[in-house]
Amino acid sequence: MTFKERLESGKFVVVAELQPPKGIDLSEVHEHAERWRGRVDAVNIPDLQNAIMRLGSLSVCALLKGKGIEVIYNLSCSNRNRLALQSELLNVSALGLKNLLLLQGDHPSIGDHFEAQPVLDLDVIGLLGAAKRLQEGYDLMGNDLKGKPVFFVGTQVNAAAKGHILDLEVMDMEKKIRQGVDFFFTGSIYEPGLLETFVKKVAHFKVPIIVSITLLKSVGMARYINKHVEGASIPDSVIDLLLKASDKQKTCIEIAGDFIRAAKPLCQGVQIIPLGWENLVPALLDQVGL
Amino acid sequence: MIKAEQKPLEEILLYLKSYDRILLSGCGACVTVCQAGGEKEVGLLASALRMARMKMGTPLEALEATPARQCEPEFAAELSETVEKVEAVLSVACGVGVQTLARHFPKTPVFPGVNTTFLGETVTHGVWEERCQACGNCILERTGGVCPVARCAKQLFNGPCGGSSKGKCEIKREADCAWQLIYDRLNGLGQLYRMEEIIPARRWGVESRDSGLRRIVREDLKV
Repeated sequence: MTFKERLESGKFVVVAELQPPKGIDLSEVHEHAERWRGRVDAVNIPDLQNAIMRLGSLSVCALLKGKGIEVIYNLSCSNRNRLALQSELLNVSALGLKNLLLLQGDHPSIGDHFEAQPVLDLDVIGLLGAAKRLQEGYDLMGNDLKGKPVFFVGTQVNAAAKGHILDLEVMDMEKKIRQGVDFFFTGSIYEPGLLETFVKKVAHFKVPIIVSITLLKSVGMARYINKHVEGASIPDSVIDLLLKASDKQKTCIEIAGDFIRAAKPLCQGVQIIPLGWENLVPALLDQVGL
Repeated sequence: MIKAEQKPLEEILLYLKSYDRILLSGCGACVTVCQAGGEKEVGLLASALRMARMKMGTPLEALEATPARQCEPEFAAELSETVEKVEAVLSVACGVGVQTLARHFPKTPVFPGVNTTFLGETVTHGVWEERCQACGNCILERTGGVCPVARCAKQLFNGPCGGSSKGKCEIKREADCAWQLIYDRLNGLGQLYRMEEIIPARRWGVESRDSGLRRIVREDLKV
């Protein structure tokens, strides 16, 4: 069953994020993907995440697909104009890829090429509109396409938002759904309570929500996230567990496992973001029975 | 109005190193308001240049002028007699003013004395902030009078990016998130429903600087 078929039939999906390398040595990518084979429904391949220059999502997706591994191709607005974005979507389709995660993308000034000029042609609403238009058989200027691509389109939502920011996110979700979104990935959440509030607020949309969890490796990392990531609030109880941990990897799996067990009834899937601890993903899935 | 900042003195001295007699020209409009190139700044800069060159042992004669608007040809023309007496012109008007003088005086080198930075508003005394990018198709009626082109780092048209924190931009922490300002303004006006509208992608390549040199032609005003 494909990622799309599982989501559409209401089954819980498991996704894991796999960062392309800075360079062309794909040995670790293949190693992790093989380790996850049969355990995850799709591998999500970021595109210039955090505005760090690295190998793109497209080549990694194409290579993994060739090995029979289902992938989610990522495309963000920050580095391409509307010609390049549409052409890239056609490239994706020509290579037989269907799952998309379309994102606003990170501003170059936060990355490792901070002198670069951002491309501010389309926003993510515009990019979603482009994917919709291409599937209808036209480009953004209304020109006919020879052969229509077919996509399964996702985008991101900030489910950890609070107050009026949450109201804005809901408004934004509605616009994105109008632009043809089939599923949403949340940003990383660490509190099931926040997810529950969010899920109740957007239940009427009836669009699958896949919750993201980043593996917490240390107290320093948790505190950094709390300080610098908007909306992130890792509970003190979790930070205490990390403080007392004698085996950091074991504790990391326990924390993520507790969250996934609490989140599972609330959403349609989970995305694990391992950030270097890719080898822990199977053990985590064992622990939560997925 | 147009905002500018004076260039470092060392850079200006480098431009002028092979000239002994210059005209330092200010402008009585925008750069006077932001105190980068008005009559007062012309006087101060001229003195600073004279002193620096004196110390270097290569005295500089700097004539001073501040036309009402350096970007208008008729005001540039008023400088003709003075320009004939000098080897070069240092203009502390905006980039438009510099180019007006360069066009008007084809045989005289014209150097910029300021960096033209943005179209902005006075926030408080001594603080100016960008408000407009002259993008060519104003959408302020849809965004409560707050411009996402000039004030959002990602120039988003359909709501915040999700990176802002406590109402501040993730790219420039000292700047307000434009979409927070738009939300607050529309909320105050009872027009939050406007944020539900999808603002289509802009026609950058037709309306903005991306289409090349822009020009306004008013047939009714031509003589």
